[in-house]
Amino acid sequence: MNFDFSDDQRLLQDAVRTMLADTSTSQAVREVLEGRASHSDAVWRNLIEMGAAAAAIPEQYGGAGLGYLELCLVAEEAGRHLAAVPLSSSFYLAAEALLRAGSEAQKQHWLPKIASGEVVATAALGSRERYRTPAPLAFDGATLTGTSPALVDGGIAGLAVLKVGNELVLVDLAGAGVSRTPVPTLDPTRPLAEVHFDRTPAERLPAADAAAVATRVLDGAAVLLAFEQVGGAARILEATRDYSLERKAFGRQIGSFQAMKHKMAEIYTAIELARVHAYYGAWALSSDAPELPRAAAAARVAATRAYVVAAEEGIELHGGIGFTWEMDCHLHYRRARHLGQLIGSEHAWRARLADELIKEAA
Amino acid sequence: MDFRDTPEEAAFRAEVRAWLEANGQQRIRPDEVFGEGLDDAAKLAAAKAWQAKKAAAGYAAITWPKEAGGRGGTAMQQVIYQQEEAAFVVPGMIFEISIGMGLPTVMMWAAPELKARFLRPGLAGEEIWCQLFSEPGAGSDTGGVRTRAVRDGDEWVVNGQKVWTSGAHFCDYGILLTRTDWDKPKQEGLTMFIVDMKAPGVEVRPIHQMSGDSEFNEVFFTDVRIPDTWRLGPECGGWKVMLSTLMQERLSVGGNLPTDLHEHLVALAQKCAWDERPAIEDDRVRARIADAYLQQKGVELVIARGLTAISKGKAPGPEMSITKLVAAKAMQDIAAFALELAGPEGMIGFEALGGDWRYMQRLWLGSPGARMGGGTDEILKNVIAERVLGLPGEIRTDRKVPFRELERN
Repeated sequence: MNFDFSDDQRLLQDAVRTMLADTSTSQAVREVLEGRASHSDAVWRNLIEMGAAAAAIPEQYGGAGLGYLELCLVAEEAGRHLAAVPLSSSFYLAAEALLRAGSEAQKQHWLPKIASGEVVATAALGSRERYRTPAPLAFDGATLTGTSPALVDGGIAGLAVLKVGNELVLVDLAGAGVSRTPVPTLDPTRPLAEVHFDRTPAERLPAADAAAVATRVLDGAAVLLAFEQVGGAARILEATRDYSLERKAFGRQIGSFQAMKHKMAEIYTAIELARVHAYYGAWALSSDAPELPRAAAAARVAATRAYVVAAEEGIELHGGIGFTWEMDCHLHYRRARHLGQLIGSEHAWRARLADELIKEAA
Repeated sequence: MDFRDTPEEAAFRAEVRAWLEANGQQRIRPDEVFGEGLDDAAKLAAAKAWQAKKAAAGYAAITWPKEAGGRGGTAMQQVIYQQEEAAFVVPGMIFEISIGMGLPTVMMWAAPELKARFLRPGLAGEEIWCQLFSEPGAGSDTGGVRTRAVRDGDEWVVNGQKVWTSGAHFCDYGILLTRTDWDKPKQEGLTMFIVDMKAPGVEVRPIHQMSGDSEFNEVFFTDVRIPDTWRLGPECGGWKVMLSTLMQERLSVGGNLPTDLHEHLVALAQKCAWDERPAIEDDRVRARIADAYLQQKGVELVIARGLTAISKGKAPGPEMSITKLVAAKAMQDIAAFALELAGPEGMIGFEALGGDWRYMQRLWLGSPGARMGGGTDEILKNVIAERVLGLPGEIRTDRKVPFRELERN
């Protein structure tokens, strides 16, 4: 039984944590929140230079060639420090789709650029829920036309992988006929753009079963995002605990009231359950286990719930001051929402989990 | 990261499995219990026979030192044995208190001749031990014990009442927490003894539980005499002795939540109808199955983290403190939802409704007890808040007051 990360993996995590504590400060995150920057550039450059962001990209494509367990711990720290960087777009989604579905030439061309940070990549691989009907994307084998309505980091990305029908399409966003409109977002630290394509040159990722690849990439992203969520949730719980020890009311530290203690104990419980589901997902992802769909969906649901609850109750337990712009509580409230919907909602993933469980029981 | 045994662990597991297959009886139903169909005396005799076999093979107390009759093995070997034994129909809680609480306390605090007297027969199941801490006025607040021990020469005279004593009706000896000094604050006036459960003045009355079972007892002490040599630890050192007893549980990894509950839920949802379609096709039912899995598998995985620490010779992390809290409530919620699948028919007992329902109905009736045993949900949340999160302890008005001046619980 060895259901934990190795000492070497923990060393990498510590290094990333130290770097992020210095660079992904509240002030740095707020540069993006308040629209003065598209992302935290120093954080991004450091994550790239340390080989942390490209931990799971093989060395032959310019990555660090470590693995998914390492990337999971990088994700936990990114979530913990609210890193305002295109880590999920570039590395959990786009690079993974390229690795799993790209031709050798496509991989040789793009992965080193992604790994080195030269190109920010993004991806939209489909979700079950939808509101508006965008002009449908159409791919004719050589060009792409239509709209991607909520492309994460679409304002700064140089490359996108899009699911078009049952195909995965690779599109250079520097190409002809691309226009981008930034859209206001609930979590401005993670910007979205509406991206229009008008006969933009594009190419197919030659996977035999593109839909299966998309599902597989989303499963991996669910695990990695769960680590971000667990990291963020643990951080807001710590901040809430610390504040409850400072703030006094009715002649006592507010953290001494059982109503507060029990709520924090419940949040801790939710986080630790989410953490082990995330670990289990990390095991399944790194060992390419057949349990991955179930483990990923469980990690997704548990971690989404834990972060949302920790962020909601974190504001509540702070009281009035938690509702102010100056406190970081709302950064977690916003980020929990962003992460919880980025690759489809908790409810959609719960349905997926049920499907997997019932399939396995049959 | 993996879920595999180390080569040493695998070898031990194979050895244990071979022994169990040669000596035990494999479980067929998940709710199958030891000694079904036997009367109490025959069941107890069979349990003692099993324990004697287990002790002879060196599996009764794997982590105990060899000189105390144990195997001198690791905590991980103990866990492996328990995992393997779970697939066999073995006596339930009969010897747990002996091996896990009573005898370790004797080992830590008793004089050498008492150890020589008690350890071997206890290990072999010839004598069974119980634990007598809780009282009607001292449950979560164990320091409120009022059972009185008064010194009389070389003996002590005990009067009072204990409650929730597992197995007292078949036990031979117990570890007994008493109050010997009423002028000291509550936790400082306690003293621990070994008590002979067959001594004159000891009366055991079964508690009829809400589930219909009687696993626990009230125990009354009327002028029961205990030699001073049977005192465990110093006079007024009983609180410390009790904590040392409870610390024995620190390395034990709770495995009380069955790991197949969601599968039972799936099976029942396939048999029940919702609007004339199988309930399993309804999205709301499916969502509840997913949530059941998240709780149940979550507990299993937290325990896996604990086992990882044990396997590396370390103490499990603080996250272990959530397992019982989550498991007991999950058991109640999952069982209640299973019963709801049958609608009005779900009110019918399994004897009439069908054996498929026995397991979930038993869980539903037992789960309120599971939520309290080993600490109520509320106490456990305090423990997490205070010991894990570092939040302040509850305000206590009883700390420095002589016990006799305190209001009765």
